[in-house]
This record gives sequence, C-alpha cells and structure tokens, in this order.
Amino acid sequence: MKISAIVTLKKDVLDPQGKVVNQTLKNMGYDNVANVRQGKYFEIELDESNEEKAKKIANEICKKLLINTVIEDYKIHFK
Amino acid sequence: MKSSVIVFPGSNCDRDIAVALNKFNIKNQMVWHDETVLPKSDLVVLPGGFSFGDYLRTGCIASKSKIIEGILNHANKGGLVLGICNGFQILIEAGLLPGALLRNKKLKFLSKNVYLKVTNLENIFCLGYKNKKIIKFPIAHNEGNYFAKESIIKDLEDKNLIAFKYCDENGVVNNESNPNGSSNNIAGILNAGKNVLGLMPHPERAIDPLLSGIDGSIMFKNLI
Repeated sequence: MKISAIVTLKKDVLDPQGKVVNQTLKNMGYDNVANVRQGKYFEIELDESNEEKAKKIANEICKKLLINTVIEDYKIHFK
Repeated sequence: MKSSVIVFPGSNCDRDIAVALNKFNIKNQMVWHDETVLPKSDLVVLPGGFSFGDYLRTGCIASKSKIIEGILNHANKGGLVLGICNGFQILIEAGLLPGALLRNKKLKFLSKNVYLKVTNLENIFCLGYKNKKIIKFPIAHNEGNYFAKESIIKDLEDKNLIAFKYCDENGVVNNESNPNGSSNNIAGILNAGKNVLGLMPHPERAIDPLLSGIDGSIMFKNLI
C-alpha cells in the first residue's frame, strides 16, 4: 500500500523560509500571493494490505519519527 | 569523575569536548552511538556537529540511536547529561528536554562569540559562575532558534530552568542581543532535576586564553 504524508508547520510557528518564498514571488510580480508556508512530503510504501492496520502504522510512523509534535502537524493520504 | 562522549556519524566537536574534559582531569572515553550499553559514567556528553547530516530534523536520527536508551536511564537516575549544540538538539528530540530548535530567524549559519547571562546558578554545571554571571562563549549553528509553546516557556521561567540567556556585554537581555530569534533569548535549559543541561553555545571552545577565552573552563572545573 502506498501512503503519502504531508507535514506542515503549526500555525503559530514562524516559517522564515516560507516568508522568503512569499516575498520572492511578490518580487517576481505575483502580487496576488497572500501567504506561503513550506512543509515536507513523504511517500511510504508499506507491505500491508489491511487499510486499518496500514493507517495505524502510518500514524505511528508519523508521530514517532517523521514529525516533531511540538512544531509540526501532518496529514496522511492512501493511494 | 568519569565521562562518556557519544560519537555519531557527523559529530565534529567530539574531540574538542574530549580535550576539554581531559584538561580538567575528567576521565573520558568515547562511545560509538551503536553501542547498546553505556559504560559506567558520572557525566554523558552529546557533542556538537551534524549528526546523520541533519537529515529529517537536526538531532532527530541520532535520537533514535541504540545508545539513547542507556542515556535516558542514566538521566532518569539523576546522572549528569550535557548536550552542546547538536547535542542539545538531540536531547530535545530524545524527549529529555522540552521544546524545539528551529532554523535561525534570519536563515543564516551563525559563527561568532556571544555574551550569555547565567540565569540559574543552582545546578552543578553553573555553580561556578556565582562571581561571573556575564560570560562569553562561541556559537556555531544554523538551527538554534529555541521554540516552545507559551505554557512551556512560562513553566521554564517560573521553575527557573533556563540556564543561559543571550545578552550584550552589559548583561542586557533584549531583541538586539538575541542572535537567532530564540524565545525569551534562551540559549540553554535544564530538566526539572537540573541534572540535564542542553545549550547551543560551546563551552568546550572557551577553555584556552588563546582561543575564545576561558569562560568555559569554569563549567568543567566545577564538575570535578
């Protein structure tokens, strides 16, 4: 089963890289860009056909390693 | 006093701290991260560097190393643990200290000497700073911007668990004297038992009058 995980910074965490990307887009003439937040994307291949079990493992993987719960949130998608 | 310096792939201050410990007669041994048993030690040091290439998050992969369980047990039994720079990042990822270390606010790697105010004198690492509360240590980091939710920062302040704050040469703690954007100018914190210290600046690089001064010596002298 293929799983993707999107990791984003929590709302109240400063994202200086996102700010610079935002400003650069503005400098390039994209005046309608209101905000940019940078995150991470993981593609995970799991040898597990039971969706419930896969979900449980994926959540565990995210919480134990892929994200830092102090500063980040995540979302999981199944393919 | 016996110490163990844990070496990870990418550690690059491990030998500096070993030199510092030896200089102050602390019997040190180097311990590879893949070891499962922590040798009998009074002090465990997690050195600076770029463990595992800073992959995923700084200190994250190192915090899953085999030796970490031994360090957690050592810390929970009241054993001394010192995490410097990348070592501080590893302590946070291992859950021994709260919060997170984000990229420096201005996205620049910082390498310079900074002034620090010693804000907790009631721990073995800082006892010696009674008569010298404004000190100078080198910093060299890209991810030293200490962040935690408001309630944790308040807890650290209320319980006096902040060991060092960035300041200017007169001891003024403000935005101008904050090199990396850390909450409340935090440069180093203690755990509740005050036996675990994590800090971004490098005391081991301040033990020789010819190199960045000797303010770090006070910390090591006091450990013996």
